[in-house]
Amino acid sequence: MRREIPMILTGFVGFVYIIQFFVPHAPFDIMEGLLTDWMLIIFAFAIWLGALNLLKVSLDKIYRKGKDWQYSIVTVFGFLLIAIPGFFFSGGRRFQDPGTAFDYIYQNVYTPLSATMFAMLAFFVASASYRAFRARTKEATMLLLAAFVVMLGRVPVGDMITQWLPEGYRLSQVADWIMNYPNMAGQRAIMIGIGLGIVSTSLRLILGIERSHLGGEE
Amino acid sequence: MFEKLLSIDRRIIFIFVAVALILPLFLNISQYIAISPEVSKIYDGLEELKPGSKVLFAFDYDPPSAPELQPMAEAVLKYCFKNKLKVYIIGLWPQGPMQANLAIEVIRDDPQFADTPPVYDQNYVNLGFMSGNELVIQGMGSSFQSTFPRDYQGTPTADLEMMNGVNNFSNIDYIFNLSAGYPGTVEWVLFAVDRFHATLGAGNTAVQAPQIYPYFHAGQLQGLAGGLKGAAELEKLVGFYGKGTKFMLSQSFAHLTVIFFIIIGNIAYFATRGKKKQ
Repeated sequence: MRREIPMILTGFVGFVYIIQFFVPHAPFDIMEGLLTDWMLIIFAFAIWLGALNLLKVSLDKIYRKGKDWQYSIVTVFGFLLIAIPGFFFSGGRRFQDPGTAFDYIYQNVYTPLSATMFAMLAFFVASASYRAFRARTKEATMLLLAAFVVMLGRVPVGDMITQWLPEGYRLSQVADWIMNYPNMAGQRAIMIGIGLGIVSTSLRLILGIERSHLGGEE
Repeated sequence: MFEKLLSIDRRIIFIFVAVALILPLFLNISQYIAISPEVSKIYDGLEELKPGSKVLFAFDYDPPSAPELQPMAEAVLKYCFKNKLKVYIIGLWPQGPMQANLAIEVIRDDPQFADTPPVYDQNYVNLGFMSGNELVIQGMGSSFQSTFPRDYQGTPTADLEMMNGVNNFSNIDYIFNLSAGYPGTVEWVLFAVDRFHATLGAGNTAVQAPQIYPYFHAGQLQGLAGGLKGAAELEKLVGFYGKGTKFMLSQSFAHLTVIFFIIIGNIAYFATRGKKKQ
């Protein structure tokens, strides 16, 4: 029963969602609304579960003095730094209003820290491109040329360099062409492949053929 | 010499990139910004809206993506407030509604809006974040109020004046999604557009934009702005110049720096390849 009940539930919910997509009328629209509400509630619980789990794992690591346990202190400190002012010192439900303690931490700690992490990509991308982007083969050369055109075409300097060229041949326009044709064709091929994969996997789950998510062997 | 060029210390590259990014912030060089058709379509879609039309903003990003997406948000919000469009804000990312608040604070401080600052529940409402990813969009297709029972301040949605007559996507004239990943533009296309036939324009990070082009060309997405260039184009179209335009110079210099180092690396590679074979 531990496997059968989840399998029946998966199949039932899957079929309800498929049918209501094509027949958006009673009783399927009511069932879809109900199931969507349930899932939103489960999602909300999952956030709590995730937050509490993070706290538990980190505190456990500090207690046991596991590998790199010092980082866990920073994690717990960061968690409490934003959670306590958010819950208790930011005006209750209005904690996101400008001027609250939560807003202050969000703007002056969280935003600069996360922006810094992301901004470091610019430096690593430059270094990695210099080391790895070599015209070793015909395909790599084509990729390199496309990258040059898109990188220059996506900034105004590209048009400045090529403004003497006739309309339609300037770097921004060639970059647009690369994005709109070769890129789109490749993206479509990937998306169709992913889509077919999702459909087949979903059908296997709904029909109970795929059982690995239930735990144990198939 | 070429061997040395082949193994430049990465710290030297970092310094060049830093200079390329920082120096242009102090320069005052105006650049011509060409408008791409996909960004132009967003503006065309907004231009078709009459005063009082309802625009739903989905803020699906967090601070790391703000340098690219925040200027887009500010530009389109300014356009909406200037043209008396009603703005409804939600976020599928927890940080989204906070980013919306930051954008509105910037607009409130803008001297151009000194006489007509955006007023809550008259010009805009912020329904806040709701967990559930694409299921939130699915829920909104049935009922906004059951999906968002309260706004971000805790006020019951039913008590908001702007929510009168707004029940689902059929009451929304335009959706503008600002997306940095999942859940984002793809989910809005799959559920709001394909399922509920909403009109959707999107601003995406430069990294994500190439994946979204097929939706634009299939007509599922009305317009698409990608990266900082997309933000600068939007600013030019709506006539409110901001950080998108300002930071384009830094991006130009940074791209040139990356290309410069790739060329150096390739010259050194080809110059030393023959020697290695010998």
